[in-house]
Amino acid sequence: MIGAVKRRLNSATFADERAGEMVASRSFWADAGRRFLRNRMAVFSVGMLSVLVLFAIFGNLFSRWSFEEIDWNVLGRIKQDGGPSLENGHWFGVDELGRDLYARVVQGTRTSLLVGIIAGPVSVILGATLGALSGYYGGRFDRTVLGAYTIWLAIPYIIFFVVWQAFFGRSMSQMILVIILVNWTAGLLIVRGQVMMLKNREFVDAARMLGMSDLAIIFRHLAPNVLWVVVIYTSLVIPEVIMMESLVSFLGVGIQEPNTSLGALLSEGASTMTFGTLWQLGFPAAIFVLAQVSLFYIGDGLRDALDPKER
Amino acid sequence: MLNYTLRRLLMVIPTLLILVIFAFYLMRLAPGGPFTSERPLPPAVMANVLERYGMDEPLHVQLWTYIKNIICCFDFGPSFAQKDRTVNDVITQGFPVTLTYGFWSAVFVLALGVPLGIIAALRHNGFWDYTMTGLAIFSQIFPNFVLAPLLVLLFTLSWGLLPGGGWNGGQWQYIVMPAIALGTSYMASVARLTRGSMLEVLGSPYIRTARAKGLPERTIILRHALKPALLPTLTYMGPVFVYMITGSVFVDVFFSTGGIGQDFIDGAYSRDYSILLGLAILYAVLTFALTLAVDLLYAWIDPKVRAGLS
Repeated sequence: MIGAVKRRLNSATFADERAGEMVASRSFWADAGRRFLRNRMAVFSVGMLSVLVLFAIFGNLFSRWSFEEIDWNVLGRIKQDGGPSLENGHWFGVDELGRDLYARVVQGTRTSLLVGIIAGPVSVILGATLGALSGYYGGRFDRTVLGAYTIWLAIPYIIFFVVWQAFFGRSMSQMILVIILVNWTAGLLIVRGQVMMLKNREFVDAARMLGMSDLAIIFRHLAPNVLWVVVIYTSLVIPEVIMMESLVSFLGVGIQEPNTSLGALLSEGASTMTFGTLWQLGFPAAIFVLAQVSLFYIGDGLRDALDPKER
Repeated sequence: MLNYTLRRLLMVIPTLLILVIFAFYLMRLAPGGPFTSERPLPPAVMANVLERYGMDEPLHVQLWTYIKNIICCFDFGPSFAQKDRTVNDVITQGFPVTLTYGFWSAVFVLALGVPLGIIAALRHNGFWDYTMTGLAIFSQIFPNFVLAPLLVLLFTLSWGLLPGGGWNGGQWQYIVMPAIALGTSYMASVARLTRGSMLEVLGSPYIRTARAKGLPERTIILRHALKPALLPTLTYMGPVFVYMITGSVFVDVFFSTGGIGQDFIDGAYSRDYSILLGLAILYAVLTFALTLAVDLLYAWIDPKVRAGLS
């Protein structure tokens, strides 16, 4: 028994395996990945978010109703018959107009998550690119970008949002576009700072001496070094974007009927709660809160895993 | 100091101009308008209506008239959709409402957030500290548009303590929920920020010196630690005001307080150019004024900044 263990510990494959592990563990991302996996709340949140994503994609398979179909049997008696029930297939009850709330919540979750997942990363990439360029080049370009940044932050985004939505239709793609336009400042300042710090390092000088162009230096050599900032920032912006979309939809200038989003559902639920149909508020609110909780803890976990200051 | 103030004020003018021009063209170039309806007006009537509102002239002339009227007479023009009101009417009726609960909300944010942050820092890792961390997470997850229905559900529908909306001349019962709904998440942020900077200050050498001198704890906290610890909170108030203005649009709509937010959203529905533009300008001016006030206050309190300015 002991002999076998000794033989294993002395074997070349065992040594190779351990060596491989040690080399692998030097990688920043592998390291960060391990730190993230050690954070139980974050891992649990990833699971919770996956469930929500699956719910948004496949939830309709379990529904007997579509999200725009009106159930005439319960219309007019929504308070008595419209509640959540297993018998008539309205798992979450029906909304004010007799439409199946389960199907609508699936639809709304899909909209909200999609807006967050597309608009969040795209706006951070936009902001980070601008920040990297302005940090790298400095000078007048930097001053212009920074000036625009300061002015932009001083304008409440709702103004731009409402004006834009009112006049350019309220489809999903418009919504994503306007969110990206509003959020172009995301991550700009912090990436700019990082690039300003990194651009005087030796490896950048070396790249320049090898004759690489500025853009190649920025995207090939600097970008990997600021990737962790971008990842952290994206994880913070996604819940913010979902919140933005929900707020605007709550105000009635968001996604257009019969399509819906969590914000629009919340608003409908809130407007009918005096009639005692509380499920219309409860289910969208619960899904919204679940999404926000999981995104919050994922962001928290990513920050702990990636930020060198947190170690 | 005066120089700095003037420079900041001068910067507001081009910014506002850009905003006005941008919003103006954005709205006008978009299809549709306040007079488009299901049943189109006869061309002759339409021409008359357009002439009445000065919309038959080229765009840049209209823009010029608009800006001129604001500068010379403080006149934001008539509302297109609400036939009996001008934009000035809308502002004078709605703005005091928004300002009132906004003010109380700011008081709520500071009067609760700052002490909470200080207590959390003094009782580091204690009960209050954890309560506050919980509150911070809670407020991030329950934004105002989730919190407000919950508040109404509890205070109005379940307990019947407060009215669920309306304004009624601004009696205090009608202000409580709008102020709380608007302020809670910023209150939590302020508390978290104050806690962080207070912890940092309490760990610095001059506090140790004060302790070594044998000063009573109360003096150390109130006289020595508080002022520098509050500086980051103060800078944060600028962005908070900007966010609160956004939030106020929601509060006006949800609680039907009759503030300008409702008119703003209605203006978006009815494509009421002048209301949208006028209120956008008002919101922007308000933002600039509040941010400037915060910056000036900051300069006034922090001797380092004050020295840098003059």
